[in-house]
Amino acid sequence: MDRERALWIYTTMNKIRAFEEKSYKFFEENKLRGSVHLYTGEEACAATVCSTLTDDDYITSTHRGHGHCIAKGAELDKALAELMGRATGYCKGRSGSMHIADFSKGNLGANAIVGGGIPIATGAGLSIKMLKKTNVCVCFFGDGASNEGTFHESINFAAIHKLPVIFVCENNGFGISVPLEQSTAVEDIADRAVGYGIPGVIADGYDVLDLDEKFLAAKERALKGEGPTLLEVKTYRYRGHWTGDPETYRDRAVTEEWKAKDAIVRFGNYMVENGLATQEEIDKIQADVNEEMDKAAEFALNSPLPDPAHLMDDVFFEG
Amino acid sequence: MSRKTYAMAIRDVLASEMKRDEKVYVMGEDVQKLGGIFGCTRGLADEFGDDRCFNTPISEQLMIGAGLGSACSGMRPVVELMYMDFTFVAMDQILNQVAKTRYVFGGKARIPLVIRGQQGIGRGNAATHSQSVESIFMHFPGIKVACPATGEDAAGLLRTAIRDDNPVMFFEHKGLYATKFEVPDDPDFCIPFGKARIAKAGTDVTIVANLLYVHRALEAAAILEKEGISAEVIDPRTLVPFDYDAVEESVKKTGRLVVVHEAHKTAGWGREVAAEISERCFRYLDAAPITLGTKACPLPFALNLEEAAVPSVADIVAAAKATLYK
Repeated sequence: MDRERALWIYTTMNKIRAFEEKSYKFFEENKLRGSVHLYTGEEACAATVCSTLTDDDYITSTHRGHGHCIAKGAELDKALAELMGRATGYCKGRSGSMHIADFSKGNLGANAIVGGGIPIATGAGLSIKMLKKTNVCVCFFGDGASNEGTFHESINFAAIHKLPVIFVCENNGFGISVPLEQSTAVEDIADRAVGYGIPGVIADGYDVLDLDEKFLAAKERALKGEGPTLLEVKTYRYRGHWTGDPETYRDRAVTEEWKAKDAIVRFGNYMVENGLATQEEIDKIQADVNEEMDKAAEFALNSPLPDPAHLMDDVFFEG
Repeated sequence: MSRKTYAMAIRDVLASEMKRDEKVYVMGEDVQKLGGIFGCTRGLADEFGDDRCFNTPISEQLMIGAGLGSACSGMRPVVELMYMDFTFVAMDQILNQVAKTRYVFGGKARIPLVIRGQQGIGRGNAATHSQSVESIFMHFPGIKVACPATGEDAAGLLRTAIRDDNPVMFFEHKGLYATKFEVPDDPDFCIPFGKARIAKAGTDVTIVANLLYVHRALEAAAILEKEGISAEVIDPRTLVPFDYDAVEESVKKTGRLVVVHEAHKTAGWGREVAAEISERCFRYLDAAPITLGTKACPLPFALNLEEAAVPSVADIVAAAKATLYK
C-alpha cells in the first residue's frame, strides 16, 4: 500500500472514531437525540473500502452508517449537524443518524430498515452497467441483514447480470442482542455465496491490509465484468447496539479482547514500522483530527434548527 | 388518432419513450419474450434489445429497490409488476424507500421511477390477484398515483409518468386492456397530473370515479338521464396530486356528491374525497356525500360473489338518487 492511501485510511479511521465518541458524549449530555448506532471498533472496514473509491462510485449504508458516510467523503461538521437535527446538516435535519447521506459523494444513503439498501445498491450497479461506466457500487450491510429477503433477491439478481456490486457484510456478531449462532445456521455468512454462484470471501475487519487485499480483488472482479462478490468482514462494535444499550447479552471481557487488537492502533504501528509514516506524523494526525472534531462540534452546536416553513419542501421534485 | 386497445396504448408509449430516451428501460416478470402476461411490453425486447426490456426473477423487493437505485443513478426505469397486489410483497421498498428517499436525504435525489401494473376484478383471479390497492399509496406522501380509465389517458398519463423526475405508481385495470379507444399519435402527447377529466357534464349530481368505475358511472349516468337526472361524471385521473378543485367546482353546481371505486370502501380514497369536499364546501351540499366501494370482505372467486362484493351500476344509480332524496 502506498503512503498516501495509508495516511488517508489512518486519518479516516481516526475521524470516524472521534466522530462516534463525540456523538456518544453529546448523546449522554442530551445534546443529541434519536436512534444512534455507533461504528466504534468497525472503522477499518469503511475506511479501507472507501479509500479505493471515487465520488463516481456508489455506496449504500446502514443504520450504523456514520463511518460509511465519513469515509465516502462527508465532512464532520455537516454530518454532526445532521445528527443534531440542524438546518446545516447534510439532509437539512430531516434524516438524523439513521438516514444520513451526501448524494453528491455517491452515497445513496444510510438505511434504517435492515437490508433495505441491498436492492438499491443492486440498482445502482445496474445503472453502472447500462451506462457502461467503469465504477462500482459497494453495498454495506450487517450480519442481521443477511437474513432478510432483500439479501437473497438482490445478490441473486446481481449475480445473474454480473453487476459491479461488492456486497460487504459487516459481521459484528450480534443483531442487537441476538448472537449470530441464534440467527444464522452457518458460521460464515460468506458461505452463502455458493448459492449464488459467486465468490464468498472472509476478511479480518481489524486488519487494514487483509481488508484491502480482499476488497481490491472483489473490485477488480466487478470492474472486469465478472460480477459481484460477497465479502464478509469479521468485526466487532465496542459500544452497544445503540447509545442506551445496557449490553446485558454479551461478555464485556470479549469486548476488551477486541479492543486489545484495535485496528487503528494496529495500523498506526504498522505504518511506523514499515516506514509509511513517522510516529510524529501519526501523533499529528490524531491531534489534527481532534481539532477538526472540536470545530465540527462547535459548528453543529451553533447551527440553527431547521425552519418549519420548509417542512413541506422536497416531498416531490418540482420542476 | 389511432384506434387501439388500452394495452396497446400502454405498449406504444413505452416504445415511443424508449426510442426518445435511451435511459428509459423496462424490467419485470415475463416482460421480455412473452411481452407481459397482458401484452403491454410485447415486442419491446425485439425492438430495443434484451438489455432494455428484460425479465427479472420473481423478486418484487429487488425489482422495486433496484428500480429506485437505478433511478437515483442516472436511468429512468419502468418496473412492471404483474399484479399490483404484489406491491404488498415489496411494501418496504415502496413506502419506506421510494417514497421517502428524496425528502429524508435533503431533497438531493431525483427519482424518475415508474412502477406500473394492473389490478381489479373480472378475470376470476380471486382474493390475492383482484384487489384495487391504489388508496394505500395516496395515504403515504412521496409517490404520485395515476389511474387511467381510457386508452387516451393511459397514453398521456404514462408518458407524463415516464418523463417525471418523481416516483409514480401507475395503476391499470385488467378489465380495460382489451377495450379499444381513440388514442393520439403525437409522440409528445402528455396529460398533466392533477387535472381531472369531466367524462360527462351534468347539473344534478356529481359522480367521481376512477378506472373501470368511470365506465360504470357513465352507464349509471345514462340510466339516470332517462329518469330526468343529469349526472356529472368526473375522473380524477391521478389520486396524487388530486384535482379537488374540479370536484369542488362541480359540487358547488350540483350540491350532491357520490364517489365510487373498486377499492374497498373502508378507508378508501372515496372517503378522503368526501371528507375533503365536505370541509371545503359543506354549505353547498344539499345531501351528505355517499361513497361506494368494495365491501369489507376479501374478493371471492365465484363470479356472482365477486360482483356482489363490488359496487354495481344499480348501486351507483341508487346512490345518486339518494342524494336527491329520491
